[in-house]
Amino acid sequence: MAAGLSVLQTCALSVLMFTGASQFALAGVVGAGGSVWAGAVAAALLGSRNALYGLRLSSVLNRGGPRSFIAAQFVIDETTAMAIARDDPALSRFAFWSTGLALFVLWNTGTVAGALAAHAIADPKVFGLDAAPPAAFLALLAPRLRAREPLAIAMASAVVAVAVLPFVPAGVPLLVVALLVAVYGLTR
Amino acid sequence: MIWAGVLAASAACYGLKLAGLSLPQRWLSAPRIQRTVPLIPVALLAALVGTQTFSTGRHLVLDVRAAALVVAMAAVLLRAPFLVVVVVAAATAALLRLL
Repeated sequence: MAAGLSVLQTCALSVLMFTGASQFALAGVVGAGGSVWAGAVAAALLGSRNALYGLRLSSVLNRGGPRSFIAAQFVIDETTAMAIARDDPALSRFAFWSTGLALFVLWNTGTVAGALAAHAIADPKVFGLDAAPPAAFLALLAPRLRAREPLAIAMASAVVAVAVLPFVPAGVPLLVVALLVAVYGLTR
Repeated sequence: MIWAGVLAASAACYGLKLAGLSLPQRWLSAPRIQRTVPLIPVALLAALVGTQTFSTGRHLVLDVRAAALVVAMAAVLLRAPFLVVVVVAAATAALLRLL
């Protein structure tokens, strides 16, 4: 997780970015020797889904009020799932805030511990830590593959990214597949 | 330099979350947006799985990480929790390197 990033940078991501897949992507690109800007664009692209969650939460949260500046940071996969699973708006609101606050504390505590531990290990191959990021990305991907179309897109994306990898700087394969899938989605 | 990227990406991710709570609902519910945006994480996460498993730097590599990915896939199919998937993959790679 801390590959190429300092402990402080890793922790800053958990506080300021607070959306796991984007954090892992930025750390992964930097760790693979890529430009931090390629990682930043990949992180932002992964964060685009959080914008759609705001729409699904519109019956739960007051859109546009001053409190939405704080609520926004908590708009992630888990809080959205917990909030929309409740029928009563008051319960939904409680689920959103309690899940958000609890996850924020746990996620940041875990990040500090993880970043310190990872920095104490000189070689990432020890304990198989280099096999952990792909498994983490797979676990984040799996719940999104419940239909044929996303499954096909996932397989095609993995193949394209690996195929172009030797010919472009690290991180750029991510931007290539993001561009391709955006064109596919918008023109279909 | 890395700090600039970290801060810019964090600002972008926060801006996207805030946009969801602030932009007109009509824009966000446009069919093209609703159809395309959920596909982007699918493509990016799959690309990350592929590149982080089969490369070191810019070289294609086939090593114990591929076996670890197969084990992680099995764990995912068995609906194992996130941390279990990650730990069994790392353990697989570590054990295979000991052999």
